[in-house]
Amino acid sequence: MERTEAELIAAVLKGDAASFEPLVLKYSPRVFATARRYARRESEVEDIAQEVWLKAFSKLPGFRGEAPFEHWLMRMTVRTCYDFLRGHQRNRESSFSELSEPESDWLERFVTQPETLTDNADAARLLIGRVLEKLSPSARLVITLLEIEDRSVKEIAAITGWSVPLVKVRAFRARAEMRKIVAKMAQDKYL
Amino acid sequence: MNTAELHRKLIAVARANPPGDQVPYAFEKRVTALLAARPLRENMSLWIYGLWRAAVSCVAITLLLGTWAAFQPATPAVTGDDLSQNFENTLLAAVDQTDPTP
Repeated sequence: MERTEAELIAAVLKGDAASFEPLVLKYSPRVFATARRYARRESEVEDIAQEVWLKAFSKLPGFRGEAPFEHWLMRMTVRTCYDFLRGHQRNRESSFSELSEPESDWLERFVTQPETLTDNADAARLLIGRVLEKLSPSARLVITLLEIEDRSVKEIAAITGWSVPLVKVRAFRARAEMRKIVAKMAQDKYL
Repeated sequence: MNTAELHRKLIAVARANPPGDQVPYAFEKRVTALLAARPLRENMSLWIYGLWRAAVSCVAITLLLGTWAAFQPATPAVTGDDLSQNFENTLLAAVDQTDPTP
């Protein structure tokens, strides 16, 4: 018979580390999907996921079971991703002058024939990736959670551990920062 | 170029294309193996950390005492004898004080 999540956690807390494996198996897809929002290279994504699980294991005695394990784990994942962003800010200084041909074409079409653009274009995905990479860590986190994942300010406050007013201030600054980056991209392309 | 519209469009692209959730093969085994190797590593790092702290404390105390000894004014010996002579006198004091006559 398959053991429940609570039983697995209780077994891990009693010292049976092998009971942690089914939890890793069940929730790793969500951890990886979240990590891929913040890290580009697959090796970095794996490092983040590994760190999340090691942290989850060591902090499991602090899990009181008031909220579902998944929520607790996702909070830890987002915070680990934020730490990763703060430690890897190397790509923020590059300019938009080295856009690839498909990216340039997509921008060109955005200006000349915006009605023909689809949301599934690879070039557009690369472009949004470039824009997000140029954001500061807190701005990227807020834009991802608020605008891309469509979460509420309250949810973001719970996930990040920031207060609601701080999330609002950071969201305001993040949108301004993103507008500035998009404007710079347009300027680099056409000037 | 309408940058507000470009901003909106790029966000729409990101929303329409969520990242994949594929997990590398046997990732859970790797995590379990790391967890199994962890207590030993943690114990070792605890020892290393403790020994380093002890070493640093010892060096600090040595330097402190060395400095104190170097700047301590030299006190003249009361009798003018050297240390070995004082030591010998102290050690043989009991013998010197015994009465040689039976």
